[in-house]
Amino acid sequence: MSNWLIQHWLVFRFTLYRLFSTPVASLLNISIMGIALSLPVGVYVLQQNVQGLAAQAAGTPQISVFMAKGAGKDDVAETGKKLGQLDAVERVEFVPRQQALDELRHSTGLADVIGDLSQNPLPDAYIVYPKTAAPDALDALRDELKKWPKIDHVQLDSAWARKLQALLGFVRLAVLILAGLLSVALVAITFNTIRLQILTKRDEIEVSKLIGATHAFIRRPFLYFGLLQGLLAGAAAWLIIAASLYLLNHSLAGLTQLYASNFTLHNLSAGDSLALLLFSGYLGWLGAWLSVAQHLWQIEPN
Amino acid sequence: MIKFTQVSKRYPGGYEALKNVSLEIDEGEMVFLTGHSGAGKSTLLKLIAAIERPDGGSLVVKGQNVGSLKSGALPFLRRNLGLIFQDHKLLFDRSVFDNVILPLQICGFDHRESAKRARAALDKVGLLAREKANPIALSGGEQQRLCIARAIVNRPSILLADEPTGNLDSDYANEIMSIFKSFHQVGVTLLIATHDENVLRQSDGRRLVLKQGELQA
Repeated sequence: MSNWLIQHWLVFRFTLYRLFSTPVASLLNISIMGIALSLPVGVYVLQQNVQGLAAQAAGTPQISVFMAKGAGKDDVAETGKKLGQLDAVERVEFVPRQQALDELRHSTGLADVIGDLSQNPLPDAYIVYPKTAAPDALDALRDELKKWPKIDHVQLDSAWARKLQALLGFVRLAVLILAGLLSVALVAITFNTIRLQILTKRDEIEVSKLIGATHAFIRRPFLYFGLLQGLLAGAAAWLIIAASLYLLNHSLAGLTQLYASNFTLHNLSAGDSLALLLFSGYLGWLGAWLSVAQHLWQIEPN
Repeated sequence: MIKFTQVSKRYPGGYEALKNVSLEIDEGEMVFLTGHSGAGKSTLLKLIAAIERPDGGSLVVKGQNVGSLKSGALPFLRRNLGLIFQDHKLLFDRSVFDNVILPLQICGFDHRESAKRARAALDKVGLLAREKANPIALSGGEQQRLCIARAIVNRPSILLADEPTGNLDSDYANEIMSIFKSFHQVGVTLLIATHDENVLRQSDGRRLVLKQGELQA
């Protein structure tokens, strides 16, 4: 068993040596593969970030209920009581028209414009927090509230988030297509690299077969090479994305300050990073395996 | 040890390299295979190592029917054989020592034990002092001896040599023949294909003569 491990360790060390003995070629290969990988993974990271934002908004849906202009104090109180009694409603928050005006004045810097108004244009409003976040139930609740008397307008605040979710589903599909295509490219690059290696190792393969090497023995260094190159390409892609996000966050900081927000882009999670490495390693291995299966049997001693 | 029964081999294009060859070589024998070039000597050796497959008849090596051997079993047949080639088939991208240790690595031997055995094999052919050299720096006779060291490092029970003294002058040839004789003395089965009259004159041992693919009585 330990002898078997030593055999593999020797092959691994030999493969490392082979990779570093042609530094320029190896670096070029790994960069090309890394860049190819970083495209779909980068789009995936952006999509994950936006999706996190959308899920936050869609996860706590609100329904804004605006009272009609002509509604009196009794009507408003009656509506509030009825809202509170609904089964689907968790809690209700009342926003008097004066409070709404004050908030508008403070938060938007429109104090001058509002000061010029002769009367408050805003209606009394309720913010309804439903128990469920299911889109169908929310739609039904909104439609029902619309029919109530003395209510001017009912707005489902999470509607935009759901539209964004649908858009993100589209982006996810695009990522998958891109990832599929570039995976094929990665396999092809490894296939060709290994093909060239097999051709230059022709003598060694022939002699090895003559002195009793099994196919597994001859295949092993090439498979290791593909695997190692794939892993390094995955690491390169990770670095490219981490560096890009660092730069993006740097310029994003200036932008979000203007909107009084502190939104930053998050890097790949540990699990996603590991998946990236494993997947790129697997693609490298697959390319090498296909190449070996295609070319090794052609080299027979004579 | 090796048994040919009515073996024939035809190459693509219709050329018949061997016709109905029957012969038997016992364990520990030293046999010389002679004949003009093109008589089928190399083909006969290649059949034993399963580099070529027979078209007819049966060929049994160490109890295994070579003609029907699956390709997955070939490596294990070849590990019992030491092959010595006229063109040496050495690897010039590594040292003399690494050339000799290759068969042991292939068989998965313990690393330290392998190094010991490789040095013993190099010592046997008188190349221990050159272990770090590249084979390209060796003379023709030394390259042939290196090829022998690689063939015997595995301690095979059968040695097959194709024109081992082919391009060597008589001093080198004698050296190599005395190495072969020492293997014969420790019980290795040897089959040596040669048309070198000098070698044949000095050696006793059974002779098989091939003529246009047929074994002469």
